[in-house]
Amino acid sequence: MKYSVDERGYYGNYGGAYIPEMLYPNVEELRQKYLEIIYEPGFQEELQGLLRDYVGRPTPLYYAQRLSEKFKAKIYLKREDLAHTGAHKINNTVGQILLAKRLGKTRIIAETGAGQHGVATATVCALAGLECVVYMGKIDTERQKPNVARMQLLGATVVPVTSGSQTLKDATNEAIRDWISNPEDTHYIIGSVVGPHPYPDMVARFQAVISEEVKQQLQEKEGRANPDYVVACVGGGSNAAGAFYHYLNEPDVKLVAVEAAGHGVETGFSAATSVLGTLGIIHGSKTLLMQTEDGQIVEPHSISAGLDYPGIGPMHAHLWETGRAKFFSITDDEAMQSVVLLSRLEGIIPAIESAHALSALNKMELKPTDVVVLNLSGRGDKDLATIINYLEDIEKPNGE
Amino acid sequence: MENRLVTLFREKRENLLNVYFTAGFPELESTGVVLKTLEAAGADIVEIGMPYSDPLADGPTIQASNTEALRNGMSIRKLFSQLAEVRAQVSLPIILMGYLNPVLQFGIEQFCQEAARVGVDGLILPDMPLHEYEEEYLPLFQKYNLSLIFLVTPQTAEERIRKIDDLTNSFIYLVSSASTTGIKVGGDSKQLQYFQRIQNLNLKNPKLIGFGISDRSSFQLACKYAEGAIIGSAFIKVIQEKENLEQNIRQFIQEVKAPESVSA
Repeated sequence: MKYSVDERGYYGNYGGAYIPEMLYPNVEELRQKYLEIIYEPGFQEELQGLLRDYVGRPTPLYYAQRLSEKFKAKIYLKREDLAHTGAHKINNTVGQILLAKRLGKTRIIAETGAGQHGVATATVCALAGLECVVYMGKIDTERQKPNVARMQLLGATVVPVTSGSQTLKDATNEAIRDWISNPEDTHYIIGSVVGPHPYPDMVARFQAVISEEVKQQLQEKEGRANPDYVVACVGGGSNAAGAFYHYLNEPDVKLVAVEAAGHGVETGFSAATSVLGTLGIIHGSKTLLMQTEDGQIVEPHSISAGLDYPGIGPMHAHLWETGRAKFFSITDDEAMQSVVLLSRLEGIIPAIESAHALSALNKMELKPTDVVVLNLSGRGDKDLATIINYLEDIEKPNGE
Repeated sequence: MENRLVTLFREKRENLLNVYFTAGFPELESTGVVLKTLEAAGADIVEIGMPYSDPLADGPTIQASNTEALRNGMSIRKLFSQLAEVRAQVSLPIILMGYLNPVLQFGIEQFCQEAARVGVDGLILPDMPLHEYEEEYLPLFQKYNLSLIFLVTPQTAEERIRKIDDLTNSFIYLVSSASTTGIKVGGDSKQLQYFQRIQNLNLKNPKLIGFGISDRSSFQLACKYAEGAIIGSAFIKVIQEKENLEQNIRQFIQEVKAPESVSA
């Protein structure tokens, strides 16, 4: 299992737990207990029940006929946008809330970028009757207003973060500071495959339900469990981790990770970590991150709040280094074109994050016999304001 | 030459005052002035922060000083050149505090070599894993005669505290409560029990209490339970004012160190 985490918490050269002493007891407790708790039969029974009856799993694997005709390949969409709360994020939060309860925690904190993880966390906190505080960059609270309102409606406190670039990186810093200050009663539900070990592995295991279902669904539809390609967008990389998980050791399945190029990889306004990043430490994990020569973390840019992160999870850094996954970067403009494309071809409005994955279809050399599974990680309702502004700008007579 | 921290703790084991400030704050060239003034005013140790874009364990005051110092153009390289210039004029032990990533990018061996060259005695790298230090870096730090200082918090298990004590040859940084920097020490009973519990462990290394030490009364309280204390955020607030920098520093240190009989 060369792509799984090792017993020290590393994927090859990436991973580990680089955390101040204040976080050590909590992270160590998690490390010692997470596997035992997750695979305990009672836990699994409760989790599977919630995934089925509350989240609405399995999510469909949809054969997108008109999209397939356009790209001249057989394209299936894994409809995570149809999961409760509108994205894959809930797979992880349902798991972690059950874990938090077994750890005896009474207060939950989370960071959020696009707000999907914040909403998914606020949702399970309401379900479990636990206090919920969500840290969100101030800029993101403005570009993802509907999700702020949803979290508040669900009873969560949303704290706008004004430090640094006021986006996902800074929201994560602030959540970590909260955990430092509240180590005894609080569990931190990290939303992506980032952070100190065991978070990347734990979140990947909760998201692995995506590829577990795909295998079965594809077997029914195509007579084979393995597609030629699995395509997913990567910010921190949780939906990609889930979509790749059960295919990691199946070399006939090509894995495609799609990053946000922002205005363009070389413009200085980008979030394409695999191109622009170097080895370093971010949020407790050794991984690829965008930084200056002096090791200061660089502020990323993407039109999509969920991909606006200067690092990638250590598992993805390892997939990149070993060549197991092929990485593409997609600009803001390309992603927005795919938002429109999928809306008009299939009647599905994708999240801007997921639209990045769609745009990669343009860059892949597909054969008509290729079976492609694209993880449609979320729905685009939360992005309507951004989408409307974008379309108004390009539809102006001389506008770009 | 013997590590200055080792020398200091052999000679003095009470009421030790360690003061933190961020390099390149409030102005790029403030580092040397602040350092010299602190020594003249009676600080026993200084801890110089290497500014970082994402200081996870720090509260708003030190975060803001980090941001400002980076804006001023501060870097590890620049700090080493400032220290090379000023080191002959000060004799107190110097500790560098910073997050691991900038040190990794500098190169750990190169960093240790340069630190030793400019007269640094100790390092605080809060996100350096204990086992990684033990397995990979210990010989390197020993080679350059640098003492790595570990944090202990109210949640740190005794077994781990013993291990930290074994791996330490200067002092243990006792974090006063579960918080980032800049939250005031109240001296509630839970906190005093924690200080007492640590005192009862009879560790071989002295302890300095940090996080929330801001004035004479919190300094004196800390000194009842430990060999000394560390002041950070409160001092950053003092040097935020660029005017009368030296005078303000002298006055603040005098107040903190004022004997018990003087009422606050």
